[in-house]
Amino acid sequence: MIELVESVLVGAVASGTVFLLASLGETVAERAGVLNLGMEGMMIMGASLSYIFTNALGHGWAITAVLLVGAILGLLHALFTVSLRLNQVVVGLAFTVLGLGLSGLLASNEIRGRIILALNPEASPAVIASQEAAKLPPIPIPGLVNIPIIGPMIFSHNILVYISLILAGGLWFILFKTSFGLSLRSVGENPSMADALGVNVFLIRYIAMAICGALGSLAGAYLFIGYQPFWVEGMTQGRGFISLALVILATWNPLRAILGAYLFGGVEALQFRLQLVGVAAQLPYFLLMLPYIVTIVTLTLLSAESVRKRIGVPAALGVPYSRE
Amino acid sequence: MSGPEYLVEMRGIVKKFPNVVANDNVSFTLRPGEVHALLGENGAGKSTLMNILYGIYRPDAGEIWVYGKKVDIRGPRDALALGIGMVHQQFKLIPVHTVAENVILGLREQGFVINERKINNELTQLIQRYGWTISPNSRVWQLSAGEKQQVELLKALYRKVRILILDEPTSVLTPQETVALFQTLRKMASQGLGVVLITHKLEEVFSVADRVTVMRAGRNVATKNVKETNIEELVELMIGRPLLKISSTRSLDTSKPVLEASGLVVLGDKGLEAVRNVSFKLYRGEILGIAGVSGNGQTELLEAIAGLRKIMRGKVLLDGVDITNRHPQKIIDAGVSYIPAEVLRYSAPEMTVAENLVLKAYRNHLFANSLMIRWRDVNRKAEELVKAFRIVTPTITNKVANLSGGNIQRLVLARELGTLPNTKVILAAYPTRGLDIASTEQIHQELVKRAEQGVAVLLVSEELEELMALSDRIMVMYRGEIVGVLRRGEYDVEEIGLMMTGVKRAEVSA
Repeated sequence: MIELVESVLVGAVASGTVFLLASLGETVAERAGVLNLGMEGMMIMGASLSYIFTNALGHGWAITAVLLVGAILGLLHALFTVSLRLNQVVVGLAFTVLGLGLSGLLASNEIRGRIILALNPEASPAVIASQEAAKLPPIPIPGLVNIPIIGPMIFSHNILVYISLILAGGLWFILFKTSFGLSLRSVGENPSMADALGVNVFLIRYIAMAICGALGSLAGAYLFIGYQPFWVEGMTQGRGFISLALVILATWNPLRAILGAYLFGGVEALQFRLQLVGVAAQLPYFLLMLPYIVTIVTLTLLSAESVRKRIGVPAALGVPYSRE
Repeated sequence: MSGPEYLVEMRGIVKKFPNVVANDNVSFTLRPGEVHALLGENGAGKSTLMNILYGIYRPDAGEIWVYGKKVDIRGPRDALALGIGMVHQQFKLIPVHTVAENVILGLREQGFVINERKINNELTQLIQRYGWTISPNSRVWQLSAGEKQQVELLKALYRKVRILILDEPTSVLTPQETVALFQTLRKMASQGLGVVLITHKLEEVFSVADRVTVMRAGRNVATKNVKETNIEELVELMIGRPLLKISSTRSLDTSKPVLEASGLVVLGDKGLEAVRNVSFKLYRGEILGIAGVSGNGQTELLEAIAGLRKIMRGKVLLDGVDITNRHPQKIIDAGVSYIPAEVLRYSAPEMTVAENLVLKAYRNHLFANSLMIRWRDVNRKAEELVKAFRIVTPTITNKVANLSGGNIQRLVLARELGTLPNTKVILAAYPTRGLDIASTEQIHQELVKRAEQGVAVLLVSEELEELMALSDRIMVMYRGEIVGVLRRGEYDVEEIGLMMTGVKRAEVSA
């Protein structure tokens, strides 16, 4: 029994990190007032690129490329929603559709092969044809990993898991303890006021979207090289959208996002293990539904005026800003 | 004191908007250490002038000199950099952020990591110096209107502004808060700041200002030392003629009430009791004033009587007939007029002036038969009302959305007072809020005229002057309850002000 609990907890962190990275990015964007419904698309682009780049040049280059392309996707989203002031829902969904299509195209045998050869002319035909890539090696933290339960749960993973935790703390600090964070949150609450006080609304929203895109794509890269390094088209399976729900559940707070992400990740790990054991066939489906139920309950609670005043939605979320 | 004589000198400022010249060759000066009232009717161009100084608008012509140097102010950022701060009528604060966060937003010298302890110390010092009670760590949504204003002042003080503009700062304050604000402004002036107070209330000029500049129709008509002028002179300068005195020879018939409310309990928008156990009688020809800081249940009370909000407990009788929770249409037909606080919400902005005027009366046989509206009669009536109520509109087929606030107010008044036959009761919620002296005067006369004709008026207002001038009795509401009732002759601003903060009448006199 202890073993099952431990394996579910380890699995919770392993699969929850996808949600964590993505919802951290989304939190930054939404705190600045931009709703990025393109998260799913940015995530799958990250997965696809990490697949191709890992096979061509290795993990380091893959992560670099994913961060770069993700940031560019975020900036493009900002170009449409911040500068051109297009509807954020429409633009976001377009990015999702675009990402799903483009990632599949890039990862298709023909095109993937050409990209890998262009990046690395010495790549072997086996690598080029492979539907898999090398998984990021786990780096157990000496000493800490021996703590019962917590040790394996947190300290037995690969580098991206640790980075995601550091990012959560770092983003919390930046959002709530620095003047940049204050400006960013103010832009999400009342952009015209922030503008009048000398805050560059447009610049901040661009920066926030670059961070959001980079982290969203990184979440996809983690999903592939850090979790299940076998390419399947559309392998994100709605995880980008779950991350959006998670942002709400965590009430736009990076630290709470950790708990939410591992909760969602735990549900995924648990249903996976239950499926293997063959416990009541319907239970896994019920578990899969849980994150959404939790989100709906959270949303309902959040809709109460008194609660909203305290922790609510950034007031200017989804509203394009224009001077006058 | 060294330095130039004037902190600010504005010369020959011209600002044109489509169809209107808001500032026509206006000049204005501000000295260090003075509170300078900028007095004028709505639309006289006061706010426009100060928005130009604060960089929100750019003038079409004219020069601005600050500290003896000619400057070009391109936006609020430039103004702030020059040490010019402005507190707007609508507070520019973020409710979910703390006081300290609101104050330091946008300050460049903060560095990357916010030094909370240092900022809190500095803010606490400033707060103590001005005798305030807010804490740097409170969230702004927890604060009262007066406290929010203190945050705005704190923002300006922390930025070390030398020129502070306040746009109608007392409109959201209780009398006590107003007194406290004026003390603060005097203190700021004594420390060498120049304070501009935009207002249309004469008594504020006399209670706090050193000099007053009067504006009328986009021009500055005079600048006076407050000690060398008086109310009559300022009124004449403001509206271009002396004010008409309200005199009324009404006799009250208190044998039988027209409207009788007993034990009313009404819920507010948040589902909490907004009106608690309110009872009163309103007699023929009487004007019954309801005083109180807005948000203490006055609006909910009127809405409930008008049938727009459910009465949970209690009864409303009109001429002895129970109208509790009847359909609004039935209540209108029974002779109840309702002048709502938010006039725009209770009009149809995308429809024409004529259509809006008959919104309540179009079913009436005067304007329609059983099937069709007789537009010729509607239009004739509309023309008549536009003239009678001095609604400024190019034609009666213009959209209401294009009218100014004061004109929409007059339009709603015309709709409520001019189209319905056999009105018995007028429920008026803040009928003169935001209006200038001339429009206010007109509405006052209209209400008094109706009262003389025997209509009973329930008048909700935040302006004690207005209530005391018009009402036969004044009820004070606080948190949904009636704190006390005063008759004409017993009125005392101080006492009513205290009652508005919840002090019961017995405690006041004791």
